[in-house]
Amino acid sequence: MIRLTGGRVVDPASGRDELADLLVEDGRIVDSATTRDETVIDASGYVVAPGFVDLHCHLREPGFEDAETIASGTRAAAAGGFTTLCALADTQPTTDTGSNVESLLTQARRDAVVRVLPVGTTTKQRQSEELSEMADMAYAGAVAFSDSDRAVRKTSLMRHALEYSLLVEKPIASHAEDAELVDGGVMHEGALATVLGLKGVPRQAEEIAVGRDLALAQLTGGRLHLAHLSTAAAVSQVRDAKARGIRVTAEVSPHHLVLSDEVVSLKMYDTNARTSPPLRSPTDAAALLAGLKDGTIDCVVSDHSPRRWIDKACEFDQALPGISSLETAFGLLMRLVHAGVLSLSELLSALTYRAARAWDLPYGTLSAGAPADVVVLDPDQAWVVDPDRFFSKGRNTPLAGQTLRGTVLLTLANGNIVYRNGL
Amino acid sequence: MSIEVASRPTLLAPAAPAAPLQTRTKPRRHVLDLDDFSVQEVEAVLQTTAAMKDVLQRPIKKVPTLRGKTLVTLFYESSTRTRVAFELAAKALGADTVSVAAQSSSVTKGESLIDTIRTLQALGADFVVMRHHQAGAPYVVAEELSASVINAGDGWHAHPTQALLDLFTIRERLGRIDGLRVAIIGDILHSRVARSNLWGLGLMGANVVLCGPPTLLPASDFCDGLPWTFERTYRLDEAIEGADVIMLLRMQLERQSGGLFPSLREYVRTYALTEERLARAKPGVVIMHPGPMNEGVEIDPRVARSTQSVIETQVTNGVAVRMALLYLLSGLPA
Repeated sequence: MIRLTGGRVVDPASGRDELADLLVEDGRIVDSATTRDETVIDASGYVVAPGFVDLHCHLREPGFEDAETIASGTRAAAAGGFTTLCALADTQPTTDTGSNVESLLTQARRDAVVRVLPVGTTTKQRQSEELSEMADMAYAGAVAFSDSDRAVRKTSLMRHALEYSLLVEKPIASHAEDAELVDGGVMHEGALATVLGLKGVPRQAEEIAVGRDLALAQLTGGRLHLAHLSTAAAVSQVRDAKARGIRVTAEVSPHHLVLSDEVVSLKMYDTNARTSPPLRSPTDAAALLAGLKDGTIDCVVSDHSPRRWIDKACEFDQALPGISSLETAFGLLMRLVHAGVLSLSELLSALTYRAARAWDLPYGTLSAGAPADVVVLDPDQAWVVDPDRFFSKGRNTPLAGQTLRGTVLLTLANGNIVYRNGL
Repeated sequence: MSIEVASRPTLLAPAAPAAPLQTRTKPRRHVLDLDDFSVQEVEAVLQTTAAMKDVLQRPIKKVPTLRGKTLVTLFYESSTRTRVAFELAAKALGADTVSVAAQSSSVTKGESLIDTIRTLQALGADFVVMRHHQAGAPYVVAEELSASVINAGDGWHAHPTQALLDLFTIRERLGRIDGLRVAIIGDILHSRVARSNLWGLGLMGANVVLCGPPTLLPASDFCDGLPWTFERTYRLDEAIEGADVIMLLRMQLERQSGGLFPSLREYVRTYALTEERLARAKPGVVIMHPGPMNEGVEIDPRVARSTQSVIETQVTNGVAVRMALLYLLSGLPA
C-alpha cells in the first residue's frame, strides 16, 4: 500500500481540488486501506494528479527499434507523467489485424512500464485501398483506428471507414492534411519559409482535409477524431461542427500549442522543429489555445515522434518530421500556465479526464476503484532540457538547452512506482 | 498571447551594425548568406575586391597569401562559373584546390552529407565551398565543421557570393548602389540569387522591384518583419520603368511541368527582355544575368550582347570577389 500525504489532490474528472492524502492498494485508488503495511510518500507542497492519458504517440516498435522501443518509450512516458499511451500503427508490420494488436499487447506486457493501448490502422497496410479488419482489432483491444501520419486518401473509403466503425463504436482518427496541397512542403507557408527558401505548407491543406472529414462524419454519423490540429481555421471548423451536433473530437500537441514556425530559425534550419503538420504562426497557436479552453479541442496529446539521430542530422528537406516530446510535454505546456493564459486545472483536465473521455477510456481519474495511475508534480521547479538525459531513444527536440518550469517528481502506473525523481 | 520562446531570430531583425571588419577581434568564419552582413562588412568585401581585381590584371596573376591552405569545392549540383571562379580565386591566392562532384564521390554510394563532411574535415580542408540543391544544407555543414564554409548556392535559399559580385559590378558601373532602382525579373520564388540580392541590395540602400508571373513571386506579406520593403508587380513594363539596373533570372522548364506557368512561349511573350522593351527603359540602364542564360527565353541574344549588358563582367568580377572573401575569411587585415 502507498500513501501519498499532504499533497494538493487535483482530479478534474470529479472537480476535486483539495489538500488530502491519496491511498493506493492492489493497483487501485482506495478510500481506506485494509492492510497496515504502507509506504508513505510526503507530497506536501506538490500537486497530486491522475497520470496523463496520451491519445497520440509513436513507439516505433515493432520495426523501428533503433528509433524507439516499447521499453524506452514507456520509460520516457513515465518520466513525463504519462501512464496511458495510445500507440499509433506506423510500425513494421503495421497494426492492421487482430493478431498484430494481440502481439503488440503481448510485447507491452513484457516490456512496458505504463499502459499501452493499440490504435489499429483504418486501411490495410495504411494504403488507402481496403478497410482494415476493425472488428477483429477491436475485439483484440484496439481503442481507435488511424492510418497514423497519413490521411485516408480516397474520400469514398474514408466515408466507408466512418460508417463501418459504427459496428465497433470506436473513433477514426485522421491526420487531416490534403497531401496534394502539401505537395512536398516542409514548413508553414509564410514569410519565414520564403526567406529560408523552404517550400511551404499552406494552412488550407488542413482546412480542406478537416472540411472533408467533417462532412463525411456528418454524412455517416461515424465518430471522427482529428489529430494534432495546427490552424485557427480548423479550430473554427470543429467549433461549428460540434455546434451542429457532428460527432467529432479533436486534439492538439504541446508544440503546436506553444511553439511557432520561428523555432525553425532560432537555430537556422533546425530539423528538430520540422513537424507534420508544421509548426504554424503565433496567431494559430493562440486560436488553438482558445479552442482548448472552450472545449472545441478535447485534449492535449504528446504526438511523441522519436527519430534516429541521422534522420535529423541532415538537410531540412530530407529530415523526418517529429519531436520527441513525452519528457518535455508537461514543462512546455506549463509555459501557458506560468504566462497566466491557462489554469493548472484546465491543463490537467486536458491531459487526463478530457483525453480519456474523448475515446471512452476508463482512465485519467483519481476516483476510488480506478486504476492507480498517479503523478506528483512540481509546477514551479525549473530545469534545463538535456536530450542526452532522455529515457527516450529520440533526442530530437528543438527545446535542447531551454529552461522549462514544471517537473514530474513521481509516477505511479497501476499502483507501481515507475518513476521517482527527488521525492 | 505573451509567450516568448526566445528572442526573435536574427533573420527577422535588422542586422545589428557590427564593428568594421578591421577592428573585429574575431574574423568571420563562414559565409552562409548576406543576412548577417553589416554595411561595413559588405564595404570591406567590395574594397578588397577592387584590390584583388588589380592583382588579376598583373602579368603574373598570383600572390602567396593562402599558400599551404586547401580549398575543397563540394558540388551537389552542376555549376560552371561559380566552381571555376572559386578555384581560380583560390589558385590566384596560392591555395591548393580539390574539387568534389557529388556524382563521382561516395555520395552515390549512399553516404550522408554529415559523413561526407566529416571525411573532408579529417582530410584537412581549410575552406569548403559548397553547393547543394536543398536550402539550409550549408548550415548543417557549418555546425559540424571547423573549417570555413562558403555557400555557393543552397536550394532556393541563398547565393551570397553571387549577390556580392552583383553589388560590386553595379557599383563599378554606376558608381553607387544607394538609391538605385533595381528590377529583378523572372522566377523569384525559386531563386537563391534573387533572395541574396534582396538582402545585399536592401542593405546597401537600393530600391528593389520584383517582377514575374503571380505563381513565381513571393506572397506580398513576404516583407513582414524584414528590415526593408520592395515593390512587386506582374507587369514587365512597370518594373523596368525608371530602372537603373535590370537583373534577369533563368526560367527553368520544370516550372512548366510543375503547373506554375502554361508555356515558355507565353512566358517569352510576357517577360522576355527584347530590344523593343529595352528601348522604353531608361537610357544607360544596366543589364545583368547571373547565368546560365536561356537566350531567346528571358533575354533576347542581342540584348545580352549589347553595350548595356555587363553579363560577362559579372563573370570576371566573380573571381575577384571570391578572392576577397577567401582573404577576409582567413583573418588577414582588410
